[in-house]
Amino acid sequence: MSLLVQFLIGLLFGTGLVVAGMSDPQKVLNFLDFAAIPKGGWDPSLAFVLGGAVIVTFIGYRLVLRRDRPLFDAKFHIPTKKDIDLPIIAGPAIFGIGWGLAGFCPGPAFTALGTGSSQAIMFVIAMLVGMVAARMFALRQIKT
Amino acid sequence: MLTEFTPWASLVGGAMIGIASVALMATHGRVAGISGIAVRMLPPYLDSDAAGRVLFILGLILGPLAYATVTGAWAPFTIATSTAVLIIGGLLVGFGSVWGNGCTSGHGVCGMSRLSTRSFVAVGTFMATAAATVFITRHLI
Repeated sequence: MSLLVQFLIGLLFGTGLVVAGMSDPQKVLNFLDFAAIPKGGWDPSLAFVLGGAVIVTFIGYRLVLRRDRPLFDAKFHIPTKKDIDLPIIAGPAIFGIGWGLAGFCPGPAFTALGTGSSQAIMFVIAMLVGMVAARMFALRQIKT
Repeated sequence: MLTEFTPWASLVGGAMIGIASVALMATHGRVAGISGIAVRMLPPYLDSDAAGRVLFILGLILGPLAYATVTGAWAPFTIATSTAVLIIGGLLVGFGSVWGNGCTSGHGVCGMSRLSTRSFVAVGTFMATAAATVFITRHLI
């Protein structure tokens, strides 16, 4: 049951990305192209996606986190880190460069796989390689 | 290539992403950060939830099919980037999102909804470098 629910939540998330237009990297790049605001051709859609998602999540989290525990687990796993360290700046800085080059962030990259695009497959393989490398790097930092 | 500004579809799609994020917290107590879910599908396994993560990602992948089944048409999809740049982009997106503990979903949606300072710093940083990258690739070279 827990696994089925995780699948359905992923499906809702992925369908939401497609409805929002975010599965199209061109639409994402047209948002990030702020120089197009005076020139014309800027597509503000991504701000509406993020806005819609944050409003719903902001309210929903407040309702859900009043409960003692989630349905299928003993406790809520909320990130606890508070410090502004090197990874919280350098990681997103590197991520942003890749996002600006390709127009894909991790969620839409997976939904793009579902269109059968061979270029999306190559992007996702490269992304997974980068992810595993970063995790090994981060785990090694913790151990030393 | 121009894309059409779609405020209503994007708000509705964003709300669906929000509902999915709240549902994952309500059922599994986890933030819906795609980079975190994706990297923890793979070894080393530090907990026993890898199968659930695989199914979540499988659901994501089937999003376009679900959309096409309901609406009768595939969503627009254009990759205008060369394969070499896509691969470099993929490596950077993967490395940066995991090293920085999150991407557009984990920091952007879930973190900002928790009013996490770290997430606001992360979102400001990746928006800035992404916009700078697009400015350079589209307008300078």
